Amino acid sequence: MQYIRAHVLICAGTGCTASGSKKLEAALHEELVKKGLDKEIKIVETGCHGFCEAGPLVIIYPEGTFYVRVKEEDVPELVESHLYKGRVVERLLYKEPVTHESVPNYNELGFYKKQRRMVLGNCGHINPEIIGDYIANGGYEALAKVLTSMSSGAVVNEIKQAGLRGRGGGGFPTGMKWEFTQKATGDKKYVVCNADEGDPGAFMDRSILEGDPHRVIEGMTVCGYAIGADEGYLYVRAEYPLAIKRLTIAIAQAEELGLLGENIFNSGFNFHLKIKEGAGAFVCGEETALLASIEGKRGMPRPRPPFPAISGLWGKPTNINNVETFANIPQIINNGAAWYAAIGTEKSKGTKVFALTGRINHTGLAEVPMGITMREIIFDIGGGIPDGKNFKAVQIGGPSGGCLPKELLDLPVDYDSLVQVGAMMGSGGLVVMDETTCMVDLAKFFLAFTQSESCGKCTPCREGTMRMLEILTRITDGEGKVGDIELLEELARNIKNTALCGLGQTAPNPVLSTLRYFRQEYETHINEKRCPAGVCSALTGYKITDKCIGCGLCKKTCPAEVISGELKGRHTIDQEKCIKCGDCAAKCPLKAIIKG
Amino acid sequence: MELVKVTIDGRQIEVAKTTTVLEAIQKAGIKIPTLCYHPELRPEGACRVCMVEVEGARSLVASCVYPVSQGMVVRTNTAAVREARRMVVELLLANHPKDCFTCARNLNCELQTIAADLGLRGIRFEGKRKSIPIDANNPSLVREQEKCILCGRCIRACSERQGVHVYSFVKRGFNTNVAPAFEVGLDKAPCTFCGQCATVCPTAAIVEKDDTREVWQAISDSTKHVVVQTAPAVRVALGEALGMGPGSVVTGKMVAALRNLGFNRVFDTDFTADLTIMEEGYEFISRLNNGGKLPMITSCSPGWVNFVEIMYPELLGHLSTAKSPQQMFGALVKTYYAEKSGIKPQDIVSVAIMPCTAKKAEAAREEMDSTGCGPDVDFVLTTRELARMIKEAGIDFSSLTAEQFDAPLGISTGAGVIFGATGGVMEAALRTVVEVVTGKELDCLEFHAVRGLNGVKEAEIPVGDLKVKLAVTHTLSNARKLLDKINSGDADYHFIEIMACPGGCIGGGGQPYASCGDIRQKRLNSIYECDQCSSLRKSHENPAVKELYDTWLGKPLGEKSYQILHTHYHPQQRG
Repeated sequence: MQYIRAHVLICAGTGCTASGSKKLEAALHEELVKKGLDKEIKIVETGCHGFCEAGPLVIIYPEGTFYVRVKEEDVPELVESHLYKGRVVERLLYKEPVTHESVPNYNELGFYKKQRRMVLGNCGHINPEIIGDYIANGGYEALAKVLTSMSSGAVVNEIKQAGLRGRGGGGFPTGMKWEFTQKATGDKKYVVCNADEGDPGAFMDRSILEGDPHRVIEGMTVCGYAIGADEGYLYVRAEYPLAIKRLTIAIAQAEELGLLGENIFNSGFNFHLKIKEGAGAFVCGEETALLASIEGKRGMPRPRPPFPAISGLWGKPTNINNVETFANIPQIINNGAAWYAAIGTEKSKGTKVFALTGRINHTGLAEVPMGITMREIIFDIGGGIPDGKNFKAVQIGGPSGGCLPKELLDLPVDYDSLVQVGAMMGSGGLVVMDETTCMVDLAKFFLAFTQSESCGKCTPCREGTMRMLEILTRITDGEGKVGDIELLEELARNIKNTALCGLGQTAPNPVLSTLRYFRQEYETHINEKRCPAGVCSALTGYKITDKCIGCGLCKKTCPAEVISGELKGRHTIDQEKCIKCGDCAAKCPLKAIIKG
Repeated sequence: MELVKVTIDGRQIEVAKTTTVLEAIQKAGIKIPTLCYHPELRPEGACRVCMVEVEGARSLVASCVYPVSQGMVVRTNTAAVREARRMVVELLLANHPKDCFTCARNLNCELQTIAADLGLRGIRFEGKRKSIPIDANNPSLVREQEKCILCGRCIRACSERQGVHVYSFVKRGFNTNVAPAFEVGLDKAPCTFCGQCATVCPTAAIVEKDDTREVWQAISDSTKHVVVQTAPAVRVALGEALGMGPGSVVTGKMVAALRNLGFNRVFDTDFTADLTIMEEGYEFISRLNNGGKLPMITSCSPGWVNFVEIMYPELLGHLSTAKSPQQMFGALVKTYYAEKSGIKPQDIVSVAIMPCTAKKAEAAREEMDSTGCGPDVDFVLTTRELARMIKEAGIDFSSLTAEQFDAPLGISTGAGVIFGATGGVMEAALRTVVEVVTGKELDCLEFHAVRGLNGVKEAEIPVGDLKVKLAVTHTLSNARKLLDKINSGDADYHFIEIMACPGGCIGGGGQPYASCGDIRQKRLNSIYECDQCSSLRKSHENPAVKELYDTWLGKPLGEKSYQILHTHYHPQQRG
């Protein structure tokens, strides 16, 4: 048998691929051959580790040394030093942002310490294109267990008792959903996996599909058995080519081993999987729109009832869950409902993957037990706010979610507490904002997104969000009027109350939550014509403070020639004529020119 | 049928379990506003005007799509409901041209009516409005998408009722719009111009092309001799547009009104309906005897002819070559009538009053020019346009004294008038074909098997030794079923009547708005009433038709008849 003395894991997730991991892999391979090490050291392409901000990531086993931002030109040193001489390359190690200490080992990183990586457990550690890697890590044991020793009712019960709730947004109890579909009458039923991940900044589903596709396939197959379906669709957005490629490989491999197809494990159970590529409409993440899209129709939601469990794909009973939900299934079956239900809070069980983005040191994916506080996620795992700035707010749940202030940092993160404070779990996107973010501008950003992604079917969503957006634009342009806030609230209340689908019903949330926690900022924009964060250009001016020593640099720099003042005397800016370019503030040696 | 008890605004009623909340509300005698809802189309729940409170529901619910359940408590008039309704309508108005004064649907617009009913007194949003060019590149319909409220009724009418699927939603968000594929104009789309979209449109987003100005101008031109023909279905519907009840028979008043408007001669399309029976009847007998292509299918309905030319060109040989009554009439006016009256055809302006928008396109077909000096029918006005002219002229329609059509092109039989109803052409043809073939007079003239509003009607009628198998259908989605049967070889019919619109011409795309099943049934009843009151009820007994053959045409299917009264079809490459 060939002896491999070291494994070099190179991340081939979308993030690391974008930062050059493919070139890095080629260079490493070449270098190993050159040094004659290619027989004893094996390169393994893995899925995403979630720490995308520091990519391309390289982990070398058996030590578990964790290298970050490894470039092609680092390869000779890495091979010579680590792989040949056994010395860690200090400069390529990750350094904690606060202490600046190097962290050689994967598990000791602040980013990973508080995580509980269950759904993401295999991601980054196995080769997603080799089914054997998944099986070696316990893959398909759950499927074998249900097909050989459990009734479909027992499977549904197990999921119910585990307390798993949908990870795609609404948080509906998964077991109950399965039970509805199981009990629905129909000669044909379907399992559909919603992989149309569309929230800006969220990419956990993509990472799972890219890093551990078999886990989702296994979850769907177990579901098929539980509800009595023999066919499933994976609705994956076309913008996820790598996920589609790896799923295609995974399905073919599973079929070849008889883990998909006819008479699986000789149990008489058949299950076939197809991939349907979505064309990139946000609304197709809504389940009825998604079903319409699979059927070849325009992706537009339809009213419920009837729910898909009764009348779904082509009018047949259909169970739809998202990627992360299905990825939770195998471990529940393997370890039992009681084990799973012990993780998390009373009403929110298990873990949740969050996508950390925005003004945060560690952008990436973090899987945490339900009930952890926002502070732990943002500061302990996320490493806090960069550039010494202060935390201001966090948008949770994507464009349909809400914006929470620092007073709520110690809120336990679970489905119900988030809804209570005007946000929602959504798919788990977290956008962190520091003091330089204008909350009106932020609300405008999210509303512009939902407005352009509205399917256009129902009046409140199509027309109402446009009017809200216009009012917000007016406020940020310095043309806000008294009464605008009340009009926004009236629109928001009615859109929530009358829109057809989840997209419309939640579209006003960013406005409502910013109004709830940052109303003062709206009022300042409207009444004082001022943007406290200095973001809205129409409302931002530059002022020269009494720190000014009259050096005259600003006066020389100003392209509009609107700064006046005597040498050694305090200068002033003609606010009427100022074009707000900010050149003066950048040039001032004493930082005497401030924005606001 | 399982019944459930629901409480609506405190009143308890019992309804079938399959009822929607809206239907239950209507059953309780409460009127709430609706826009995207149409009683004959699948509910969409899109406009959100019919929102009501259902106890226990998380938010308001769209009553048109929400099913009732046992013990449900519904409130239709709470503060939240009123606020939501007003907001939805205000939002629709904010993105709507406020040109009600000059709009084609002024005082006849569902959006305008709801805004008035809700007492809206201002629109607080003065932002972006959609801006889309008007589509008026076809002879029949005008689409002004800035007036579209995206209720989707046209999409559903075209797909569900007609099976043509011209329209769909395109684009997203605020830019969402209704359009044919690739946003081409209707002239480039596989549109049959049947106008059913216009009949269900709640606003003026789809209307007939207005030709009233041209007709007024012709009337006031003293050098022109303006003649008008009126289709059978107009006389049972025109009254509706002028304040009379559905199904009012207004033939005589209509004739009087047309004379008042200034038409020089007022004729009746029923005359050429009788003539059509002669030509088409003899054509059918000839196909039967000489091994011609069967089943033969009627060709009076221009929406239907467009449909088959666009969608089933391989079946064109089944169509009767007889022109439609409108076009036979137009051809005769510019030839026979011109000759008889000594007026040059180029000095005659021939106008047709039709229940139909596709008739406008039919009149514009190149081949419909018998004299070489212009179209046989110069202008086609829909029933709605005629009603507008009557109003514009200040005629007090309901108090008019009935008058008679002019001779000879105004003389007709009951067989001609039933052309306006589904099954009517078939019944009229049978009255003539059976008597011509057997040489014996029919005992009973009424063929009830082909009457009524059922989708596809079939019958076997003995004609001499042969049992003739017939099928009659209306709406193009039903037509599609029959055509597919022909293509698959499962249709052993001899003769098929197809009308593009529901109920036949009485439910045409140019008829007064709000035509639904009940109203269509009333119009239908009136058509048969007209037939019953006629002294002559068989086309071959029409003395004016006889005279026409004797003195001018020769015989049915003769050389001159063939030249003037028959046409040909060609595949249309559209869409």
